[in-house]
Amino acid sequence: MNKVTERLYNGLIKENPTFVLMLGMCPTLAVTTSAINGLGMGLTTAVVLTLSNVIISLLRNIIPDKVRIPAFIVIIASFVTMMQMLLQAYLPFLYDALGIYIPLIVVNCIILGRAESYASKNPVLPSMFDGIGMGLGFSFALTCIGAVRELLGAGDLFGFHVLPTVDNPWLINGAEVAFYTPASIFVLAPGAFFVLACLTALQNRIKRNGEKKSRDMSKIQSGCSHDCLSCGESGCEHRFYDEKGADAPVGKVQGKEER
Amino acid sequence: MIEVKELLVILISSSIISNVVLSQFLGLCPFLGVSKKVNTAAGMGMALVFVITLSSAVAGVIYKFILVPNEIEYLQTIVFILVIAALVQFVEMFLKKFMKSLYEALGVYLPLITTNCAVLGVALTNVQKEYGILTGIVNGFATALGFTISIIILAGLREKMAYNDVPESFQGMPIVLLTAGLMAIAFCGFSGLL
Repeated sequence: MNKVTERLYNGLIKENPTFVLMLGMCPTLAVTTSAINGLGMGLTTAVVLTLSNVIISLLRNIIPDKVRIPAFIVIIASFVTMMQMLLQAYLPFLYDALGIYIPLIVVNCIILGRAESYASKNPVLPSMFDGIGMGLGFSFALTCIGAVRELLGAGDLFGFHVLPTVDNPWLINGAEVAFYTPASIFVLAPGAFFVLACLTALQNRIKRNGEKKSRDMSKIQSGCSHDCLSCGESGCEHRFYDEKGADAPVGKVQGKEER
Repeated sequence: MIEVKELLVILISSSIISNVVLSQFLGLCPFLGVSKKVNTAAGMGMALVFVITLSSAVAGVIYKFILVPNEIEYLQTIVFILVIAALVQFVEMFLKKFMKSLYEALGVYLPLITTNCAVLGVALTNVQKEYGILTGIVNGFATALGFTISIIILAGLREKMAYNDVPESFQGMPIVLLTAGLMAIAFCGFSGLL
């Protein structure tokens, strides 16, 4: 039981896929125009992640090592297709809102990353809870970003009018109060970049303060520490971006990014 | 007959107006990861133009002649991702054997492209918007062109920004995201073009 709670804690907080590992950026930016969309995307991904983790963990001794990546992709794609059909049938409003980003869950690096680095090496139960933890962590992050964008961009939260705008003023003693003007840029594309930029800047600050107090902050990273040699994320493709290419030994000196 | 005018409209709208990175958020990983220098950014862009154009052609043919006649359209996600993965492998082998110079120019970037969501995204968009095969190819080419334009602009900005005095917390990824946000605002200005 201890293992289960450890996995959940790990996914939700310690290695939160969005805030800490910075994985799956495309859906994070694209569908978080409102909190409810973010939550929907997060939960859909969580279901796919949990189911694919379970199946991959069950098959981990059967799948040959050389063809494991294509095998994982087929398993993940099957579950994504199932989820797409279920959403279309039972939650059509969410299906319309998320659109093309539902099939694109297949290429979400969180799912392949967890399959490669956890589910293919561990028994079924921990893998399942790893999927649940990571999925909930992702949902939590997407809901937060969506809530911020919705609140600033439209003055709403989960579709309810929260801040008094010209369209939905508060009535105080019979007088209309509307002090908030929605900054609609936060619902549009640029807002996504700005919210994420501020978020990573905040993370950098927390990390820096932590280092000053000499706490171990190596897990909190902005994007990637480029320290591939001591990095446990084998699902990461970042190492290929190293400018020396595939022939040079990957990994730079302990967390020092060249500037 | 498909009119040339219609194809031109798709070319402009897919490459500039609804830019693949800045308004649709596809292919963000290479956009943020490979945009440190203009040269590497251009290499990645060219590789992507090559692969997306080819994969939208192959995916279009498979969808029209295999999936639709057999009424198994719901398998599109699985089929497309496998086709793209196989295609990238095949293109890499082909270039290595027959077009050495192009292989050396694109080499490092090709394997990365399989996991680029823009490739799958284009194949799915073509189906969703019910484009024909030729229209699909033009759409794929235009989308990749839009990616190349935006990644080269970002790389140019980042090369200059290396000399700037950036606040401590914003160094690294945050300032790149802010720059991308400003670029997205600029690209919003094109939306009245058509």
